[in-house]
Amino acid sequence: MKNLTMKTTALLVALVIMGTTFTSCKSGPKDDAVKAAVETALLSNPHIVEAAVTVEKGVATISGQVPDDATKADIDKTVAGVAGVKSVVNNLTVVPETPTVPVAATDVLTNAVKDATKDFPTVTATVNDGVVTLKGEIQKANLQKLMMALNALKPKKVDNSQLVIK
Amino acid sequence: MALQEKYKELIDTAIAQGVNDLNVREQEGVLYIDGDASGSIKQQLWDTYERLDPNYSSGDLVMNINSIAGVTEGSKLKVTTNSSNLNIRSGPSTDADIVGKAARHEVVTLVSKANDQWWEIKTDNGAAGYSYTQYLTPL
Repeated sequence: MKNLTMKTTALLVALVIMGTTFTSCKSGPKDDAVKAAVETALLSNPHIVEAAVTVEKGVATISGQVPDDATKADIDKTVAGVAGVKSVVNNLTVVPETPTVPVAATDVLTNAVKDATKDFPTVTATVNDGVVTLKGEIQKANLQKLMMALNALKPKKVDNSQLVIK
Repeated sequence: MALQEKYKELIDTAIAQGVNDLNVREQEGVLYIDGDASGSIKQQLWDTYERLDPNYSSGDLVMNINSIAGVTEGSKLKVTTNSSNLNIRSGPSTDADIVGKAARHEVVTLVSKANDQWWEIKTDNGAAGYSYTQYLTPL
């Protein structure tokens, strides 16, 4: 009887091991779910540029570009924390980003420049591709006020080289 | 980096004066300096800018120091036009109709901020509408 129990237990253990093995062999669907979970987790990080994720047998491999080492480490931690991820291969490359300076849209800028120059009737301003070009003439005493106002409108550049300052 | 050298004194002053959210970057031959500071620090930075680049004629710096970021609704504002009255308009644009005026040096109340250029204000006489922030100085 005792012997039978032991045999049964051994069989059960074997079945469990087999079951586990089969599950991990069937890497497809489970890995897909983990991959989806990793991708969802990464969505919350705004610093990732072109990241790609693959998951095979619980090993998540991430590749792509990040702006700094801190982000790379942060992503590593995030991915490692996703349920189902056994280990992380972090192939992210650090490429420091050159921030693009936000420039106001031309129509918005054109209207804003019109408002800002309204009190300086001797000044004409044109807007082209974010660049404000000033012509005409202005009193020296008013120049700073006008430049302050124009610089606040998010232009790409203010060119007053053709403006006569009196 | 050449522009950061040219305007080093300006950048150093901005840092020393504790300009909030100071952001300095260079792109395509133009240096951009952004941040929030008081009106007097803004004035100091602009005077420094003018000294380093007389008449701002190089066109290689865009400096946006916002001295009105911390002003909250209900604040009192002084009308600081050069000499004339301040127009109060029905909308945030010089295309909008003039619906009232505020006298030079009159104190008005901030109702809401449409954007950094136009604020909705009201006067003690009951005139209400949008005015250009350049002519409003927080008290």
